[in-house]
Amino acid sequence: MNALDVVLWVVAPYVALTVFVLGHVWRYRYDKFGWTTRSSQMYESRLLRIGSPLFHFGILVVLLGHIGGLVIPKSWTEAAGVSEHAYHVVAVVLGTIAGVATLGGLAILIYRRRTVGPVFTATTRNDKLMYAVLAVAIVLGLAATVMANIVGGGYDYRTTISPWFRSIFYFQPDPALMAGAPLLFRLHALSALLLFAIWPFTRLVHMLTAPVGYLTRPYVVYRSRDEQPTGSRAPRRGWEPSR
Amino acid sequence: MRVMAQLAMVMNLDKCIGCHTCSVTCKQAWTNRAGTEYVWFNNVETRPGQGYPRTYQDQDKWKGGWELNSRGRLKLKAGGRLKKLFSIFANPLMPSIQDYYEPWTYDYDRLFSAPMQADTPVARPRSLITGEPTKISWSANWDDNLAGGPELAPADPVLRKVSDQVKLDFENAFMFYLPRICEHCLNPSCASSCPSGAIYKRSEDGIVLVDQDRCRGWRMCVTGCPYKKVYFNHRTGKAEKCTFCFPRVEVGLPTVCSETCVGRLRYIGIILYDADRVTEAASVADDKELLEAQKSVMLDPHDPAVIDAARAAGIPEDWLEAARNSPIHKLIFEFGVALPLHPEYRTMPMVWYIPPLSPVVDVLSGTGHDGEDAGNLFGAIDALRIPIGYLAELFTAGDPEPVRAVLRRLAAMRSYMRRLNLGQEPDESIAAAVGMTGQGVQDMHRLLAIAAYDERYVIPKAHAEQGAQLEELALGSGCSLDYEGGPGMNGPFGEASGMPAPIAVENFHALKERQRGDDLDDAGELRGRVNLLNWDGKGTPDGLFPKNGKKEES
Repeated sequence: MNALDVVLWVVAPYVALTVFVLGHVWRYRYDKFGWTTRSSQMYESRLLRIGSPLFHFGILVVLLGHIGGLVIPKSWTEAAGVSEHAYHVVAVVLGTIAGVATLGGLAILIYRRRTVGPVFTATTRNDKLMYAVLAVAIVLGLAATVMANIVGGGYDYRTTISPWFRSIFYFQPDPALMAGAPLLFRLHALSALLLFAIWPFTRLVHMLTAPVGYLTRPYVVYRSRDEQPTGSRAPRRGWEPSR
Repeated sequence: MRVMAQLAMVMNLDKCIGCHTCSVTCKQAWTNRAGTEYVWFNNVETRPGQGYPRTYQDQDKWKGGWELNSRGRLKLKAGGRLKKLFSIFANPLMPSIQDYYEPWTYDYDRLFSAPMQADTPVARPRSLITGEPTKISWSANWDDNLAGGPELAPADPVLRKVSDQVKLDFENAFMFYLPRICEHCLNPSCASSCPSGAIYKRSEDGIVLVDQDRCRGWRMCVTGCPYKKVYFNHRTGKAEKCTFCFPRVEVGLPTVCSETCVGRLRYIGIILYDADRVTEAASVADDKELLEAQKSVMLDPHDPAVIDAARAAGIPEDWLEAARNSPIHKLIFEFGVALPLHPEYRTMPMVWYIPPLSPVVDVLSGTGHDGEDAGNLFGAIDALRIPIGYLAELFTAGDPEPVRAVLRRLAAMRSYMRRLNLGQEPDESIAAAVGMTGQGVQDMHRLLAIAAYDERYVIPKAHAEQGAQLEELALGSGCSLDYEGGPGMNGPFGEASGMPAPIAVENFHALKERQRGDDLDDAGELRGRVNLLNWDGKGTPDGLFPKNGKKEES
């Protein structure tokens, strides 16, 4: 274990996660108005209707897969009677399908963004950076899965990467676990850290306000005009506090 | 009984001359910005015609509003909550910009920069969406005054419901204008469609608003509204809609569209209604009973029980007074001449209309009859089945009787008042024939024809503590740190991100900058767009004219 490993697998994750959390808090307080999907469906619908659901449903399955693989310890699934082999087959098959759907969707969306005039005009530099990082993270993740399982004989990340991932959250990070992982997995993890670090400053913030509350709230929302002044916060008081 | 107050509007279509002043002043006030070029919170359509956006009334296609499910309960026509969430990534029912129209500007620079030549240079149209030269093929008023009638009018979804046989006769005989704003419904399907809960109905005055800080651009409201009166700002990625000019009505002023209406055809007042009974009334089985159901939800402001319940609900005395004087209540109940637009959408719209009698009178006069004789008019109303069928499709879910009753009252008023104006004896039988008294007819005439300003607009002021807002003025430039970079407000996350500056502060700074600054007005960040309303003629802001690939000198 050398200094670089500590920087990559201890310092970098904490920096990325701190930026992720504080960045979102800051963005929510500072820029509620900019917190939007910035949908471009109005400009172009045909490609979007294929690419967007493909990407979004794909990435949701990928997200669930990551929770299953990284958060849930191997001992738990084994206690539940799921053998390593069974887990592995399900993870690889589902993961590959979802990964390909995600990547295909992303490819359609990026193609659309570049070729449809109005959509391209509405693309900011921020968006382009985000797309690059997102695409790299997805490609590396898919490549790691494919290389390990189809080319190689399979890699059990649940004995190295997953414990490292969890160790970050109970504040006993163990960089040695990660240092031994295959290169593609390490690159994927690093690209994901980068993605988390830029996340709060991109349009990806819309994920954190996924409208699940819609399922339970009453249809018509009534609100008093006094409850909150128009605009995001109360006006400043016009006098100095007296002491 | 849960009494709530609702600001409502009635428009007298007999007086609308289709001048579009309301649309233009509304646009100047509210949607003269990048991202809302195509948006008209107020628009005036010629009927028969396709409307704006094209064929928006065809709910088989657009799935706006509510319908009853198999158990007779209200459900959103575009699908329930789960279906909405599953189609959130690409809304299949979202109108495209072409369904409204592709906004454009003209290549004015050509007029000045073209070299000397034999032909006069022309300014070609350029799309404001792509920036490319474009061919204008549609707009919000493309079929104004039945332009392109035989080709375009048959696509009118309302006309298609009236039988084919009479279509041509109808087109020759009948045309009127329909000004439309947001209906500020009692049972708004836009608010019900919003996954974020950003659209809300104000409990004080019933105005339906979009909270710009909570809107996340999921676009379901655009689908949900059957009147297509919620618009997507394609620059900010947020929904925007008619605000009923709330900053004006809160201080007792009528909306901009009403204030500037040259025909003085709009009425604003409040209505008291029972919020607990809205869902029940919107769920009656027969579409044709929705009109009566909606009327039954509205309460009589003179009824002591209603007054007591309203007081208990915290409605202030001056609002109760305004409800008693409300022109809306008079037009709907006392005179019984106002009807809602498309009650069959089950949203309980609160902008009502007095259907036009003028086309009937025109037909009579055109055929050499006395167009103001009561007998002739009553006969013609009964004979001209087509206009009544069409109006019924618009205002009463297809039931001709209420429309006929309204037109007969309007006809009676015409004949009765003519006798008075000619110095003849009043003929009470005319009033009695439509179930009114002579005095009632004269009162109705006063409200409809004289239409005095303070009788048209009975708008109680909001009870707001405004001290804090006045402080904006006291703060001046020193303390308003929010303001950076000018009205463009380009935050780090794209156009208009960051904290909004108070309007007064923004205007103050923009004005000061313009008056004292050495720089010419710079709208570089608008990328090919410039807001001409704020441009005072100083210099040529970037984006006012296309660059033609030339490098800027100096």
